[in-house]
Amino acid sequence: MSLLFHSRTLLPGAILTFIFAGAAIVSLFWVPYDTTVLDIANKIKSPSWAHPFGTDQFGRDILSMIMVGARTSIAVALVAVGIGMLAGVPLGLAAAARKGGLLDEVIMRMNDLVFAFPSLLIAVMITAVFGASALNAIIAIGIFNIPVFARLTRGAALSLWSRDYIMAARVAGKGPARISVEHILPNVANLLIVQGTIQFSLGILAEAGLSYVGLGAQPPVASWGRMLADSQTMISFAPHLALFPGLAILLTVLGLNLLGDGLRDVLDPKLRRARV
Amino acid sequence: MSLLTINGLSLSIHGQPILRDVSLKLESGKVLGVIGESGSGKSITAFSVMQLLPNGTDCTGEITLSGKSILSLSEAQMCDLRGKDVGMVFQEPMTALNPLKTIGAQVAETILIHEKVSRAEARTRAAEALRRAELPQDRFPLSRYPHELSGGQRQRVVIAMAIALRPKLLIADEPTTALDVTTQAQILQLLKKLVAEEGIGLMLISHDLAVVADLADDLVIMRQGEVVESGPADDLFRNMQHPYSRALLEASGHVPERSGHAEPDALLQVRGVVREYVSHSYGLWGSSSQFRAVNDVSFEIRRGESLGLVGESGCGKSTLTRAILGLEEVQGGEILFDGQPVFTNHHANKAVRRRMQVVFQDPYGSFNPRWKVERLITEPYHLLDGPPKGTERDGAIADALASVGLKEADRYKYIHEFSGGQRQRIAIARALIIKPDLIILDEAVSALDVSVRAQVLDLLADLSDRLGLTYLFISHDLSVVRSITERVLVMKAGQIVEQGPTADVFDNPQHEYTRQLVAAAPVLPDDVAGGNAHEPISGSLV
Repeated sequence: MSLLFHSRTLLPGAILTFIFAGAAIVSLFWVPYDTTVLDIANKIKSPSWAHPFGTDQFGRDILSMIMVGARTSIAVALVAVGIGMLAGVPLGLAAAARKGGLLDEVIMRMNDLVFAFPSLLIAVMITAVFGASALNAIIAIGIFNIPVFARLTRGAALSLWSRDYIMAARVAGKGPARISVEHILPNVANLLIVQGTIQFSLGILAEAGLSYVGLGAQPPVASWGRMLADSQTMISFAPHLALFPGLAILLTVLGLNLLGDGLRDVLDPKLRRARV
Repeated sequence: MSLLTINGLSLSIHGQPILRDVSLKLESGKVLGVIGESGSGKSITAFSVMQLLPNGTDCTGEITLSGKSILSLSEAQMCDLRGKDVGMVFQEPMTALNPLKTIGAQVAETILIHEKVSRAEARTRAAEALRRAELPQDRFPLSRYPHELSGGQRQRVVIAMAIALRPKLLIADEPTTALDVTTQAQILQLLKKLVAEEGIGLMLISHDLAVVADLADDLVIMRQGEVVESGPADDLFRNMQHPYSRALLEASGHVPERSGHAEPDALLQVRGVVREYVSHSYGLWGSSSQFRAVNDVSFEIRRGESLGLVGESGCGKSTLTRAILGLEEVQGGEILFDGQPVFTNHHANKAVRRRMQVVFQDPYGSFNPRWKVERLITEPYHLLDGPPKGTERDGAIADALASVGLKEADRYKYIHEFSGGQRQRIAIARALIIKPDLIILDEAVSALDVSVRAQVLDLLADLSDRLGLTYLFISHDLSVVRSITERVLVMKAGQIVEQGPTADVFDNPQHEYTRQLVAAAPVLPDDVAGGNAHEPISGSLV
């Protein structure tokens, strides 16, 4: 636990992340008001005791919608990071194991190809072709996570491949695949965890962006991006409609970035020593 | 008045005492050798003169540099003094220079920081400093970049930076440790010349008694933050008082007892081996060129023998090692282990490979930091078809650890809990676990302190006697090779230039290159052993 206090950013980051992850989990079992039921009589109410964050133009409780929206955002971002890691890390390990070989060239040039397109634009294209849905948003965001993890893994793995303990493993007759899994992967894991939290926050932003233009999760599923989009015509007389989902996005992304920074400080022994 | 006086210096970092009551003295035009093993506080003593100390350091005592009390100076005054009155030469020339700047710019920078001169003037003086460091302008113009220079030449640039402003004091912290023997001799010669011609006071820090012995007028021997013995070098070498200094001297010329029972049949035969690398230039249509790292090398190791392989960096030692271990296929010739080829059908021959193991130089990079010792040392079991399990495995781990002098309970520890010497023992345990016939020791003791090195050499000698092991002992350190091998190969530019019984080759070198190597190797004074009653040492050194 004392590790939590090694870094100034880890604790606030962890708390913010915990709050939003907690809200998402709670929303699976309980929300203050059902977000699929309209209550026109109570539309556009300012924050009050009954509705802490107020209600929207259909009388839905904004707190409840933010809780359900957290679920959407986190689910999309989590699966997208998962796709990126599951595909990107093995590709990066393979490229490093065959450095300078054909496999390395093919993998890295494919990466360059994906990097060459603006990610949001391609996401728009994918959803335009296959239809707008949370699933397509996940796939679109996930594909762009692959080269990020592949490059990171390859770079970190390359510096490890020149270590003597890798040579010792080769002398012990171990092949590149086994060495990658047994020696390289555990030693790049901390980097991957840190990058994972950063990509997670970028995933939440991307999901909000896609929902904002109507290409993410579809109604009636609540989504922070679409809440922002819906509120913009009423922003002059009901600013709370935009304020709370905006704050939710801001704080989640901030929390995840702080968490990532903090984890890097704690997990990287070099930085840890520099701080003492 | 002395140039530098340190009086009763005590230093602690975050409350942890590092130096205790260190006193020393250095005159202009003299060389002070500071000797100690890692953790002795020799470097921190030097850094305290520059006041380049980590945060949280508390210094008490007195440091006087030509009349100025260093500890009472402000940081701004210290900045003015660093580089101008005190120059510093570091251990690692590969990282001491900025790779993006030309050598001229880097030397001129030191001048521009301290003196208000024009750029052109600074460059003229930089050229002059480089010339003094024996890098003449016609061959090493200011416009060269560090990557275009060899390690020794880079160290000369570092020296040029340090002496550009003609400082009174030059601090050299292990200036030759990262260099080859012949380069080391040249750099030491240069330092000696600078001291004699320019009257600089030189503080030479080293772990190697022999390096310091030739140069130093006075010696300070340190251990665990304290000065154990100091005095004029000649007297001190002849008449060492403190048991630690005597142990240090003894360890640096230590000869392990070894019966040596080479049998007539060859265990490993290397015949006409050629290993070429193809290097590509970048770009889609880049041309490729070939580089012959190992060129027609033939030798054999007899069973039970300890064979030395000596050569400087880049001579092809490591390439040859990889070829013998079956990690890389050779382009020509053959390598036979006990009559069987190491490589068959482009694959390493597993039956042969499980009979060879290797111990590497760097005790800190040889182990996966996330594994426990038992998993580390049993890694070679991967070579066996049916590796031992359960109690048999436990017994093997205990045996391997016991044979290198470690406790059985150590198997549950992580590698960071061990010192450098202990780690090297674990590396040897890893090599022993599958009971190989041949162990390749690739600079296996080069990174260790002399006293630890002596222990590891004893261990190796003992193991070879007990287990009938054969060693291929690769090293750049001639005295170590001499102490543990019966025969030696001298390698240069991918070829073996001389081979024969170790004593013959070193006492009576035939090839020009061997002669250079032997001449360049630092030596302790001949009469060192005369003063103490311990084992004779002079005969064991090259």
